[in-house]
Amino acid sequence: MAEKVLMKGNEAIAEAAILAGCRHYFGYPITPQTEIAAYLAKRMPKIGGCFLQAESEIAAINMVYGVASAGKRVMTSSSSPGISLKGEGLSYLAGSDLPALVVNVQRGGPGLGGIQPSQSDYFQATRGGGHGDYRMIVLAPASAQEMADLTIKGFDLADNYRVTCMLLADGTMGQMMEPVELPAPVEPSVGKPWAVTGTEGKRRHNIINSLSLVPEELEQLNFARFERYAEIERKEPMWESFMAEDADIVVVAFGIAARVSKNAVVAARESGIKAGLIRPITLWPFPKQPLAEAAQKAKHFISVELSMGQMIEDVQLAIRCSRPVTLCNRVGGMIPTPEQVLESIRSANRR
Amino acid sequence: MATVQILIAGFGGQGVLFAGKCLAYKGLLEGKQVSWLPSYGPEMRGGTANCSVILSDTPVGSPIVSSPDVLTVMNLPSLEKYEHAAKKGAKIFIDSSMIEKQVSRTDVEAFYVPATKMAGELGLHTLANMILVGKMIRETGMVRFDDFEEGLKKVVSAKHADLLGANLTAVKAGYEYFTERK
Repeated sequence: MAEKVLMKGNEAIAEAAILAGCRHYFGYPITPQTEIAAYLAKRMPKIGGCFLQAESEIAAINMVYGVASAGKRVMTSSSSPGISLKGEGLSYLAGSDLPALVVNVQRGGPGLGGIQPSQSDYFQATRGGGHGDYRMIVLAPASAQEMADLTIKGFDLADNYRVTCMLLADGTMGQMMEPVELPAPVEPSVGKPWAVTGTEGKRRHNIINSLSLVPEELEQLNFARFERYAEIERKEPMWESFMAEDADIVVVAFGIAARVSKNAVVAARESGIKAGLIRPITLWPFPKQPLAEAAQKAKHFISVELSMGQMIEDVQLAIRCSRPVTLCNRVGGMIPTPEQVLESIRSANRR
Repeated sequence: MATVQILIAGFGGQGVLFAGKCLAYKGLLEGKQVSWLPSYGPEMRGGTANCSVILSDTPVGSPIVSSPDVLTVMNLPSLEKYEHAAKKGAKIFIDSSMIEKQVSRTDVEAFYVPATKMAGELGLHTLANMILVGKMIRETGMVRFDDFEEGLKKVVSAKHADLLGANLTAVKAGYEYFTERK
């Protein structure tokens, strides 16, 4: 077993990217994710990798497109306003079926907003962010350990399905230090025969492109892509269930909101209320099945979010509005306290 | 010890984040579950900086400390901001060379340590934070004092290895500083 080291979540992402075989990082500084770039600026040159601070977020995401086209593992990271700038690039990556890992350490918005933690980019992450019919796999870590583990998982998923994978964290997760047991280095296992690596005169050249002017062909490309998305929805949902099996009140929360909610669920149980927590680890695909199962016993759901209520819509869809779902939230960089979540649980239990 | 929630606050530059990191690493080496969460952003530059540290026998839920069991303050704004957030029975550590005011609550235990003054006298300028760490360990027992050096080695970078001794001297001075309980 590797030694546990105390690492910031942002640093855990950066080191895990290296362990996943990523040797190309392009980014542009923005709080609260800058430690990722700072860490890789130091490490990449020492291991023969490429760290490049681009002239803008838009340049960085297009550099990601280039490296992904060449079949190499590549990552960029930013925080909310910077991710908006990358929106066009995210759509182009999807349109070209390119695997890449994009990290969003969210801060409060909209606009430039603030620099404190937020989860208000949920819609942007799970519904697209750029134009067109596409999906990204969205992973939501809730500890420094998961920042590392899900970074590696994210690279694997991206390669397996030729999709962009987004690690959706927040300022707390990025800045917090926790013990991390770094995994062993992994070798990318999926071949990339589609990559543009030079034909050496032995095969037809590959083309990476998102432009397709023949509607019949473009339609087929969309259909094929959505078959892969359907497979992802079948195979890849991940979640953690905490005391949810017999729960009357089911709290649904991810990331830092789940950490806070766990305290509240424990406190509720101590006071005799049967509360539980379901923590989505993949936000897309959303773990519908455990929520639907919980709805057979539970009488009430609570969506705890650092937003004005975004994931709550997926909770309602997952349980087909069969139970009431209330929102417990703080926004603008504020974080709900365990007491606030507990009060929501109590209030739901009285209904 | 089930769970100890610690909040350390002061001006940016007084080393409150570093102090918290030392405690967290020592806790980790003793096999505890730990988390360390700093304030970040503009308040770090001249305003108040703080960090939440949790040491626990069970997995840490929320890493945010809003009502500390142990509160250490190194400037007046921090005392005024957090005194009333502390739990009943909390231990509050005050750098009394920076803060003239006394704790107004009577349901907490206050320890006044002239840490900045002591650091100056010992030639350990900027290590008032570590003097307070020593005192915190003495009065709370939340981590062991005897092999504190092991935790410190993990936190002091190789570049600053020459400062390890000074840090240990400061922790020891704080640990041995006697206060009457008030």
